[in-house]
Amino acid sequence: MKLEQKLSRIMTAFAACALALGASTASAQKLSDDKIVIGFITDMSSLYSDIDGAGGVEAIKMAIADMEKQFAGKKIELIYADHQNKADIASSKVREWIDQAGADVIIGGTNSATALASAKVAAEKKRPYIQIGAATSRLTNEDCTPYTVHYAYDTIALANGTGAAVVKAGGKSWFFLTADYAFGHSLEKDTADVVKANGGTVVGAVRHPLSASDFSSFLLQAQSSKAQILGLANAGGDTINSIKAANEFGITKNMKLAGLLMFINDIHSLGLKTTQGMYLTDAWYWNQSPEARAWGRRFFEKMKRMPSFIQAADYSAVTQYLMAVKAAGTDDADAVMAQLKKQKINDFFAKGGVIRADGRMVHDMYLMQVKKPEESKEPWDYFNVVQTIPGDQAYLPLAQSRCPLVKK
Amino acid sequence: MTELFGIPLPALLGQLLLGLVNGSFYATLSLGLAVIFGLLNVINFAHGALYMMGAMLAWIGLTYFGLNYWVMLVVAPLVVGAFGIVLEKLLLRHLYKLDHLYGLLLTFGLTLLIEGLFRSFYGVSGLQYSVPDQLQGATNLGFMILPNYRAWVVLASLVVCFGTWYVIERTRLGALLRAGTENPRLTQAFGVNVPLMVTLTYGFGVALAGFAGVLAAPVLQVQPLMGSNLIIVVFAVVVIGGMGSILGSIVTGLGLGVIEGFSRVFYPEASATVVFVIMAIVLLLRPAGLFGKEK
Repeated sequence: MKLEQKLSRIMTAFAACALALGASTASAQKLSDDKIVIGFITDMSSLYSDIDGAGGVEAIKMAIADMEKQFAGKKIELIYADHQNKADIASSKVREWIDQAGADVIIGGTNSATALASAKVAAEKKRPYIQIGAATSRLTNEDCTPYTVHYAYDTIALANGTGAAVVKAGGKSWFFLTADYAFGHSLEKDTADVVKANGGTVVGAVRHPLSASDFSSFLLQAQSSKAQILGLANAGGDTINSIKAANEFGITKNMKLAGLLMFINDIHSLGLKTTQGMYLTDAWYWNQSPEARAWGRRFFEKMKRMPSFIQAADYSAVTQYLMAVKAAGTDDADAVMAQLKKQKINDFFAKGGVIRADGRMVHDMYLMQVKKPEESKEPWDYFNVVQTIPGDQAYLPLAQSRCPLVKK
Repeated sequence: MTELFGIPLPALLGQLLLGLVNGSFYATLSLGLAVIFGLLNVINFAHGALYMMGAMLAWIGLTYFGLNYWVMLVVAPLVVGAFGIVLEKLLLRHLYKLDHLYGLLLTFGLTLLIEGLFRSFYGVSGLQYSVPDQLQGATNLGFMILPNYRAWVVLASLVVCFGTWYVIERTRLGALLRAGTENPRLTQAFGVNVPLMVTLTYGFGVALAGFAGVLAAPVLQVQPLMGSNLIIVVFAVVVIGGMGSILGSIVTGLGLGVIEGFSRVFYPEASATVVFVIMAIVLLLRPAGLFGKEK
């Protein structure tokens, strides 16, 4: 592993040097180096790479291609890298891009730990950091910065969506199956708060290690709790393996499962037979509106699979950033940040979205229910949108934000 | 209700059984590693990738060729075994005279290659594979509901494991294999084709990994990285059992599965590390492992 990391660092250092050399000759007009450099860092190879990864790169390329004509004669460059879910790689790469490759904005991909580390570096170097794939609500609370935008979703919105809906539908008593690290804990806590606030109870929780080899033991414990709802405060492969085992052990006969962070890709890999009837909260679904469908199909042409909401948000965020640069007439970080917080976000991803003082992009979230196999008309037709959760109800109210940038 | 350490006895029995199910995966995988290490002196890091290959082949067989689970349970190990033979012939055999570390590095590199290839084709979200129709459903054992498929996993792995042990420890072929390990030159002098034996042994060892992969396909997420999570634990099992000990790897695999199962009840946070704690203790007290012989 060590050797592999070293090699990849050396290679990227080379690449960055080459970029910097090429960049140094251009003269500075309104755009620094006469071009816009977008850095995108995400998991390109490991457990989160399907929900973002190469598909995210493609989405950003699409956004650049669509906006390029508005920047006649100027170049828009994309550089991207795999952070391998390691915070130290993410932060050193972001630093390198800003220092050497002239990155004007950083788009952050999946994984909360890498997001918190990158946000710090971007703030120190005064560059906009638009975070999309990571869930932690700390990004716009205690760890907020003047340069961070948290664009697509967070743990609070997920909890407010699924947690509240399930309690209202009669699921009063909850048991949590929680991934034993920062993300799992905060998702469990945020959801438990929502459950209690809506009159439900939490009867217990079991914490499993990340990427646990088997979930049957944990599920038997959940079953003996006699709770109505099993809240899955985990993600990716852990969620998939928990659902597979829950079906196998007949847990689903007595308990309903609530996936607290699930992506369309998870449903695709589990199949509708196993997941039908489950509730989940997402920021976007390709089949939710004609515009969303049109973009989803464009993406499908390129990637041969439908986009996750994170990939859609990648496109939307880069488009909004470029529009802000255009409107501000410069890529200067402070001017662009001011413009971003001023402009309304209206595209296929979000309607009437606004970026608040704490960096939170507030937009509607959607509570979905997984379709029955016979209801699905085509591949990737998986959800019924059962409820639109207005942005101001989904996200933490600004008055309660723990972000010091919020004037109270 | 009778209780033990505050946990009802039926619940404990349930966990014991689940531990055995997981233990049988460990046993099958560590057995393959032990056979390979015992006879080839190669630390086969690619074992996890080949296990993944078994599961992926099960999916590929079903999706592209309409071959069901039972067919693939035979075909996938054969394909993985054949692939292993090619690896041994082309690459591994040049390393036998060198330090263990070279074999480890080569097989680690192969792991990255194999996983990378599958990842670029199939992504990481996992592929759908369901339990075969004959084994759908669950049986109520009184103290717990045991899915039929899990019962089959235990049965199949135990048969394969003890069959392997019997062949190696109790038959003439096994005797030749063991002789070939002890003293290859002398065995060759008796007219035994030792290089061929070694090749076939490697093929068989990795076929076991492929077999475990097919067994795992219906119950775990089938995806290119599924082996890398498991392989470290399996290495620990082999070390605890004693490098190269056949019986050791079977018994330790099952035993650790059970211990891990109990830790999931009493202290779930430690369930991922308990195996390594045991490994550390065993290495301190018996450096050659529980069933290993000091050399």
